[in-house]
Amino acid sequence: MTFKFNEVYINNTATVVGPYEKEGPLGNKFDKTYDDLYTGEKSWEKSETKLLEESIDILLNKTKKKKDEIDLIIAGDLLNQISASCYGVEKFKIPFLGIYSACTTSTEGILIASTFIDNKRIKNAIVSVSSHNMASEKQFRNPTEYGAPKPKTATFTTTGGASVLLQSTKTKVKVESATIGKVCNMDQTDPNNMGAAMAVAAADTIYNHLKDTKRDINYYDLIITGDLGIYGKDILIEYMKSEYGLDISANYNDSGVMIYNTETQEEVLAGGSGPACSPLVNYSYIIPLLEKKTLNKVLIVATGALFCPTFVYQKQPILSISHAVSLESVK
Amino acid sequence: MEKKDYKKIVDKHKAKETRVQNGIVAFLTGGLVGVIAEFLIQVYSYFLDISTQDASVFMIVTLIFIAALFTALGFFDKWVNFAKCGLIIPITGFAHSMMSSGMEYKKEGLIYGIGSNIFKLAGSVILYGVVSAWFFGTIRFLLFGGV
Repeated sequence: MTFKFNEVYINNTATVVGPYEKEGPLGNKFDKTYDDLYTGEKSWEKSETKLLEESIDILLNKTKKKKDEIDLIIAGDLLNQISASCYGVEKFKIPFLGIYSACTTSTEGILIASTFIDNKRIKNAIVSVSSHNMASEKQFRNPTEYGAPKPKTATFTTTGGASVLLQSTKTKVKVESATIGKVCNMDQTDPNNMGAAMAVAAADTIYNHLKDTKRDINYYDLIITGDLGIYGKDILIEYMKSEYGLDISANYNDSGVMIYNTETQEEVLAGGSGPACSPLVNYSYIIPLLEKKTLNKVLIVATGALFCPTFVYQKQPILSISHAVSLESVK
Repeated sequence: MEKKDYKKIVDKHKAKETRVQNGIVAFLTGGLVGVIAEFLIQVYSYFLDISTQDASVFMIVTLIFIAALFTALGFFDKWVNFAKCGLIIPITGFAHSMMSSGMEYKKEGLIYGIGSNIFKLAGSVILYGVVSAWFFGTIRFLLFGGV
């Protein structure tokens, strides 16, 4: 299912990150960084809420918009009942839609907001996501101070909040089209190898996007997946080749690999993950390149592992989904 | 593509885990914990003039205290990550799991936080420890009498 949008543009973006992202190769590109994972708050959950809230604050500042000028906020995160989003947007008193599709929440948000804007229901919308390494560890894995050894295929949840303002007024970057992904299942059961669970969803969405739009793989300057990590990236390349006969390796990269230096930052293992991973890279690094026209056409394929510990303990596979958004620099 | 073919691709792109190296590290660090424990027993029984059995109890309490303190100070998880089973299998692992759970859920209060969650990881060890103690105790009783 692919939609084309006629008049949806990116006004500006805002990113706030924690210490590990600051240390990474994109460290100086974020709007605000913290040296401490608590970010001055008393709990991990409050810290994540603050990251999301601050990214919206910074975005409003950068775009010089008042909160009553914003028609809609769409936000999501990984915590139970998407609480970081609900608490994070509360003070703005802007109409709010909470969404969840794990680490592909950002693209789902952009595609919902774009549909509203393109249909002229609203003039603009903010799409926000957040994730917090420690809050995720606490919710999905072990207590944060517990030193459970992890295999190398495990990924490291990014700590950050990321927001984007979409609008109908023309700017330098356009949201050109979007593809809604399907829930995929390849009977993957290892929570320490999410890249393997998600690669199939990314492949399915990329293939369907290209099919729906009748485009060649070389149409895009860059195809950027969300958080497959070092090993998931290789799985995607090989799977695309053998299943669809498409070689994506020439203009393909993964946000999870880009956000950290996987060679020197050993604790990140296979790379970054979490809903904030894809937008942190895209908003701080890729969209500025589109504005400068260094890149002209980019397909963002955020990837989400629909991982629920309860279902996995009940011997159910880890499902995955991926929504794609195509961004183009405006001529 | 069939799921089993996909699994083949996944297996092909899996990282090689350094199992032998992990085993050696765990063996050495676990052994080191044993040496320290033995040293503590000797020190306690010599200086406090108590039996080896009592000194063993003192030693266990000391190791639990050290593991809990180091967990609270925030660096024991890095040690465990390095030593793996070398520190997880001894009593230090049990103390570490309880302390880290207790710290993690402090924010949710005494009942719903610490009380409900402190045995999150250690609960299995206690439950199956008690069950297996009963089981093997029964076997011992049946085979050798109550000796």
